[in-house]
Amino acid sequence: MQLRGKKAIALGERDSVPGEAIAECLTSAGAEVVMVRTECFV
Amino acid sequence: MDPENQGAIKDLVDEHGAENLVVVVGAADPEAIEVAAETVTSGDPAYVGPLAGVQLGLPVMHIFEDDVKEQVDPAVYESQVGFLEMTLDTAPVKEAMRRYRVGD
Repeated sequence: MQLRGKKAIALGERDSVPGEAIAECLTSAGAEVVMVRTECFV
Repeated sequence: MDPENQGAIKDLVDEHGAENLVVVVGAADPEAIEVAAETVTSGDPAYVGPLAGVQLGLPVMHIFEDDVKEQVDPAVYESQVGFLEMTLDTAPVKEAMRRYRVGD
């Protein structure tokens, strides 16, 4: 799927890739990040 | 998934339309990936949050998937995700995404 031009929800996890890191990546891919969260899955 | 996050995602779908949105997850636990993917496609499996019984049908990708990685600036990917990709076991992640895609 093409990320450029999409509005993206970055749903990270505390023990893996955090939302902020995902958001940085998606922005560089041309997506507009509209939500960033880092969840804790227990 | 946290009910508060479910509500925020529901609001974004109302505002932007599901066809314009994509969810990119970063969890390493296959169960966490499955729960997140199911929540934003067919509804909250725990039936407790705002997405209980709500089928958003949002596309879901994982930050470790090649399809995502190929679209990200390599320097940014390396600095943000490179170390985690190297230290975490990505095979179960890719398998969980494959199962999600085939509806298994």
